Amino acid sequence: MSGPAALLIDFGSTYTKLRAVDLKNRTLLGSGQGPSTVTSDITIGMRTALGDLEEQLGRLPDFRYRLASSSAAGGLKMVTVGLVRELTAEAARFAALGAGARLVDTFAYQLSKRDMARITGHDPDIILLAGGTDGGNSEVIVNNAQTLAASGLTCPIIVAGNRSAADDAEEILKHAGKDVRVTGNVMPALGTLEIEPARAAIRDVFIARIVHAKGLDRAHDFFDALAMPTPVAVLEAARLLSDGPHGRGGLGPLLVVDIGGATTDVYSVASGEPTEGRILQHGLPEPFAKRTVEGDLGMRHNAGEIIEAAGGRDAVAALAGATPAEVDVLLERIAADVERLPEGEGERAFDAALAQCAIRIAVTRHAGTVEIVHTVSGPVAAQRGKDLSPVATVIGTGGALVYGRNASSILSGCRFSEDEPGSLRPRDPALLVDNNYLLYAAGLLAEVEPEAAFDFARASLEPVSEQSVKGGENELRVTSG
Amino acid sequence: MTGHTLVTGVIGSDTHIVGNRILSMALEDAGYHVVALGALTPSEDFIKAAIETAADAIMVSSLYGQGELDCKGFRDLCIEAGLQDILLYVGGNLVVGKQDWDGVERRFLDMGFDRAFPPGTRTNDVIESLARDFAARAVDAGMADR
Repeated sequence: MSGPAALLIDFGSTYTKLRAVDLKNRTLLGSGQGPSTVTSDITIGMRTALGDLEEQLGRLPDFRYRLASSSAAGGLKMVTVGLVRELTAEAARFAALGAGARLVDTFAYQLSKRDMARITGHDPDIILLAGGTDGGNSEVIVNNAQTLAASGLTCPIIVAGNRSAADDAEEILKHAGKDVRVTGNVMPALGTLEIEPARAAIRDVFIARIVHAKGLDRAHDFFDALAMPTPVAVLEAARLLSDGPHGRGGLGPLLVVDIGGATTDVYSVASGEPTEGRILQHGLPEPFAKRTVEGDLGMRHNAGEIIEAAGGRDAVAALAGATPAEVDVLLERIAADVERLPEGEGERAFDAALAQCAIRIAVTRHAGTVEIVHTVSGPVAAQRGKDLSPVATVIGTGGALVYGRNASSILSGCRFSEDEPGSLRPRDPALLVDNNYLLYAAGLLAEVEPEAAFDFARASLEPVSEQSVKGGENELRVTSG
Repeated sequence: MTGHTLVTGVIGSDTHIVGNRILSMALEDAGYHVVALGALTPSEDFIKAAIETAADAIMVSSLYGQGELDCKGFRDLCIEAGLQDILLYVGGNLVVGKQDWDGVERRFLDMGFDRAFPPGTRTNDVIESLARDFAARAVDAGMADR
């Protein structure tokens, strides 16, 4: 081995994962894995993972970059506060999710004593305080700043609300000894979403404070930078794949679905604007790069809820080719052992059915809807949220897709269905699977070597459908894998 | 700038946006900060927008004859949302058929609107009414302070 290389580290909730990338050939050199030992000493798991990698490579190269992301130690636990639930509270939610947070609670209007008890109980890493458009309501955000100031909370508070009230809110919180910073309003004017400043502020706090607070910086000898929470790395990879590196075309609008044991995460990079001129857009505009997290759709921790949301035991049984009684048995087995990997045909088919349902429901919640409103002048189509029907690429990742069989049919759960014509899911996307869990690595690398990151990610994703993958210099025709 | 914020929109399943847009532009020219919600706006959206923007008045348009149904309980919704003192205007083709305007106006004032405007109202009339109402409120507020 000779060329320059990069080491990309993910301190995950269960495992510390390493990916070594050859920057010249833009290929994966090797991987390493160790337990995530954040609660004791993070360097123990890190050493194990490096040993694992060294064994594969024979010798560790001199890495040009050693970049890390983290979702360890409970992830980036956040609480958001806004004014009207569908407006600034929703904008704050978008900002926190886009910043890779594990959003544990959201609040609207004036914080009550009960609300404060709930917030304190969550022990959040960061609180995002929004409310009011610029020049709009300042009473509620100032009031909420007072309530937060009077609490025993010590976590950083980011103020991203009405510009005219931000000084007052900052003053109140500072006076009470809180770690406070002010950033741009998440909704400067009604219906205008501006979450990038808040996202940047959250990331700054993550690097400056959270990394230390969670003991992640004990491993600082092993990396040059712990740059972002892992979900942000995935979002950055999605953005790079969609846009392409500077001066080169990317894959265009795309979707990433990450199906995990506890949650199903969906990322879209797409404007989502109505595809036909005569459709009216309703509700809040949504972020171009949008992330949603479905906390009730986990393959292991809440398989029962997936079945419920998918229309009940009988529906899932039919999809899995099993009897309802068999489904009950399989479900019990999972509940008894959340680490369980499927064994045998029956269990695999059940897991595949579960995963397909989880993906369908998660993408349905992420995507926008269109409905016909009857007016005096005739029917009008009204769209809410993002129209993802023209999205041409869907990338799947997560255990159920990587270890399971029939990734193509599992991932096809994301597709538009005539059964739900109002759900604006992708109509005819090419399906790709991130078999080696490389998206986070590409996202980390995107900041320093976007060209290499793009080519590396592009080449590593395995096509599992028969659609051609568009974009890039040459169009690639692929067959079922 | 007058320093006042107004929320405008066409209520209910009504797509007639032209008159409302002309009114919104005229109000902006008159120095108001206008938050224009456009056509097909549910009553709740007027109220949510008014809360976030700390609006001083809500101006509801209705052109398709269903205004009376759509506007029922509008003031109550405002009170429920803590906007009990907000100035409420309504205007347009508020009812179906040829009805006596005084009766129509009465019904909308009873619903809690501060003013109702018949079809064909000039934008200037609205602007003058606003100026008068805001001035009266400033006087009231001054007296309350004393």
